[in-house]
Amino acid sequence: MLRASLINIQLLAALIAVGYLVGTLVALLQVYGGRVLKAIANLYEWIFRSIPALVLLFLFYYGPPRFGLDISAFLAATLALGFRSSAYQSQIFRGAIECIPSGQMLAARSMGMSRLRAIFTVILPQAFRLSIPGWTNEFSSVIKDTTLAYAVGFNEIMRYARVIQDSRYELAMLAFIAVALVFLLLTGAGNALMGGVERRFRIPGLQMPGSGSGDHCR
Amino acid sequence: MVFKFEWVPALAKGLPLTLEITFTCIGIGIVLGVLLALARVYGSRPLRWITSAYIQFFRGTPLLVQLFIVYFGLPTWGITLSRFTSAILALGLNTAAYQAEYFRGAIQAVRGGQMLAARSLGMSLPQSIRSVILPQAFRLVLPSWSNEFILMLKYSSIVFTITLYDLMGLAKRLASRNFRYFEVFVVVALFYLALVSIISFILRLIERRVRIPGLGTSGAAGGPR
Amino acid sequence: MDRLLRVEDIHKRYGKEEVLKGVTFEMLKGETKVVIGPSGTGKSTLLRCINRLTPADQGRVWLEDEEITHTRTNINKIRAQIGFVFQSFNLFSHLPALGNVRIAPMKVKGMKREEATRLAMEELGRVGLGDKADAYPAELSGGQQQRVSIARALAMSPKLILFDEPTSALDPELIGEVLEVMVNLAKEGMTMLVVTHEMGFARAVADEIIFMEHGVIVEHGSPSDMFARPKHARTGEFLNKISELYGETD
Repeated sequence: MLRASLINIQLLAALIAVGYLVGTLVALLQVYGGRVLKAIANLYEWIFRSIPALVLLFLFYYGPPRFGLDISAFLAATLALGFRSSAYQSQIFRGAIECIPSGQMLAARSMGMSRLRAIFTVILPQAFRLSIPGWTNEFSSVIKDTTLAYAVGFNEIMRYARVIQDSRYELAMLAFIAVALVFLLLTGAGNALMGGVERRFRIPGLQMPGSGSGDHCR
Repeated sequence: MVFKFEWVPALAKGLPLTLEITFTCIGIGIVLGVLLALARVYGSRPLRWITSAYIQFFRGTPLLVQLFIVYFGLPTWGITLSRFTSAILALGLNTAAYQAEYFRGAIQAVRGGQMLAARSLGMSLPQSIRSVILPQAFRLVLPSWSNEFILMLKYSSIVFTITLYDLMGLAKRLASRNFRYFEVFVVVALFYLALVSIISFILRLIERRVRIPGLGTSGAAGGPR
Repeated sequence: MDRLLRVEDIHKRYGKEEVLKGVTFEMLKGETKVVIGPSGTGKSTLLRCINRLTPADQGRVWLEDEEITHTRTNINKIRAQIGFVFQSFNLFSHLPALGNVRIAPMKVKGMKREEATRLAMEELGRVGLGDKADAYPAELSGGQQQRVSIARALAMSPKLILFDEPTSALDPELIGEVLEVMVNLAKEGMTMLVVTHEMGFARAVADEIIFMEHGVIVEHGSPSDMFARPKHARTGEFLNKISELYGETD
């Protein structure tokens, strides 16, 4: 079973990475983009937040073959869940950016920095730190969604539990509860890890009111 | 790529079940969630501990696992429930845990002075909770609650894994019959997009209707801090 | 016996700090007493111990013949007879002024809605806010909110009203309207125990001023006595200081 959970963890890492990169990009577009870019970013967010994760999984799993692309189940799940996470992460990041007083951008520009440079050297480092709590939330949220990949036939931990159920019927309940415990452990470990990250990067005085975007994953 | 128009009415037949599941589990969630929240805020220590454990379990484990425990696991203990019952039970217990937390936040957001004022007028604890705290808490919790509703609407799709024919279940069946998975699911995606948008809109209207001046998330009324 | 309130040897500590170190006094029906003293000397705590919003560690309190501090007493019944006006008003945010005033008579005394509404409108009129019955607390000024909270206390026809620094949280221009209501109440014969700095009010209607410091009553007497011939130097000092700051207000 541990081997199976490793798969979930790998999926988690991959999709968080995708989510982070795309999410940051989308957030930046939403805050700093022109009208067109902002509209596209908003549309993207709306789509990936309104469509259920399962539907997205099916779309990414069966879509590429339709267009002649052959991708692995892992990649399909990563992209589907990753893009979905990015929609939520962009909101966290956007909240963090908006938390930074506008005077900082003014100061940076008045020193002669171009907009892009100012974003990279002044805004992003602060936004990154501010978004850690929300990000922690996202992390422990999304870990649960990796089980949905089972529904598209991806071989992760849930499949393992079902296999047990098929072969040794009496152990079924135990198997599922074991899976549940694994996740409780993972979430706990994840939270502890994130707590460490937050402490490592903390700057006194730099805090965000409220606690991030909440739990949107089941 | 071929899209067939007759898919739309075929899939639409799954809407009633999707909505039914969503509304029912949310209903269970409200009742149970409020009780859990009240226990967490006003209960004795052992009661608080139990409810906390419940909430942590249901928030910390995947919904799919919970659903399977109810549908596949319980029979091994001698309890067999129908598909529908399993679904609303698992989803209901799950959303109750989240709603309990939102509700607890709302109760605690009602300024403490109001409880003092209610007690000083001679209201008993249950009376104060019912007449002063809860009416305000219900309004404060609306945004989180609307969010939860939409979330449950989307997660109701998970019931296809236990072969329930809601929107998602019908989609899967339709797709596997004519092998046009991608196209069918694009249509389903559009269905959900529409559903989510319409219901979000309605919820926002309700929020606006119920609003009381000064009773926002900041709860400004009631004097200086 | 016209004795309405008796407070006997009240002690209260918060953690290591003893805030009330044995406070004893009495009040007769119709009396208005003002409690003054430096901040943090337990004046508010004293009021809250009287209606058991804060339980005292030691000591007893009687309302007429009933002992409030007794464990078997139905505290809700007692509280229904004692009004409490808070420094931060504590109006119920989800109810308009009318709702705030009539909710206790309805829920605690079981009054019917029409009767409670009539009573509430009467009390609101008494504090000068008859036209604001439908306004929500957030739509009212501080002075108006405090007057509503006084009406809310009055609607229960209390035997005694406790005022915990009722004007301290108000902007200066709004203090007057609240004090005016309180002065009228005193003149109409309501028994009032008021913690405040408003010396003008004390001079106008107080039957007695109680000076507290460090958790004990240092001195008490009629306003004229206290101002002219304070027995303790400390009393005189304090009175002069706040008279400078707060002066005459009415």
